[in-house]
Amino acid sequence: MPAGMLPVGTSAMPLHAYLTLAATLFAIGLFGVVTRRNTIGILLGIELMLNAVNINLVAFARFNGDPAGMVFTVFTICITVAEVAVGLALVILIFRIRRTVIADHLDLLRG
Amino acid sequence: MTLEPLAFWALSALLVGSALAVVLTKNLFHSVLYLALALTGTAGIFLALEAEFLAAVQLLLYAGGVVTIVVFAIVVTERLVGERITQTSRQIVSGVVVAGGVLIGVLTFIARAPLPATRPPLVADVTQAIGQLLFSRFVLPFELLAVLFLAALLGATYFARPDE
Repeated sequence: MPAGMLPVGTSAMPLHAYLTLAATLFAIGLFGVVTRRNTIGILLGIELMLNAVNINLVAFARFNGDPAGMVFTVFTICITVAEVAVGLALVILIFRIRRTVIADHLDLLRG
Repeated sequence: MTLEPLAFWALSALLVGSALAVVLTKNLFHSVLYLALALTGTAGIFLALEAEFLAAVQLLLYAGGVVTIVVFAIVVTERLVGERITQTSRQIVSGVVVAGGVLIGVLTFIARAPLPATRPPLVADVTQAIGQLLFSRFVLPFELLAVLFLAALLGATYFARPDE
């Protein structure tokens, strides 16, 4: 990053703005997780929530001048990708057994 | 005066709009496309925060990788055309209550917290700093991540194996 592309030290948007945006995205994702009936739709909501957390991490890292937060973002992005791969493999497996991906119809653990 | 406020508000509108579309649209396939839009907008937010490396990772892994896997899963489990792909939501009221409650709680906490309004000047190359931290202070989590990936790879392959 060539320092000087932005006037350093003079940010018009405070940290509050970024955190508010991330909180809004998190709430929208949570709404999706609660209301969606399709398992893949629920996974999409979880993606939105994790994405909001990443915005928070990067914003805190930038405003505190500590790149450790960005390293954590790299870790969360990688773990999310692994989680999506395993989650969708489970969805495909469940679809094979039950021919449905509607969460209400999945009662494999019912005794 | 920088372009940052303009970029921030435009990206915020894009993000909130596409996120709402992800959770509200009926067609699951459109939902995934809106998710790709939201993830790309997040890469823009990372650029506004001067984290170019993370913006690139976001585009490659999320918008490229995750969306591709999700589309693949939809193709396997649903018919792309026809009414099977339409999805319904339920318990809208409780969803609004839960999400709204969390949002109000977090926002009141943010409003009260003493947070910095200005960012410190960049002292060094952020990408270089991330790389150096990754291989010095965070080298153990970095190696554990490789173990996690191996486990996820084996697990996903095992779950999605063809029937015997």
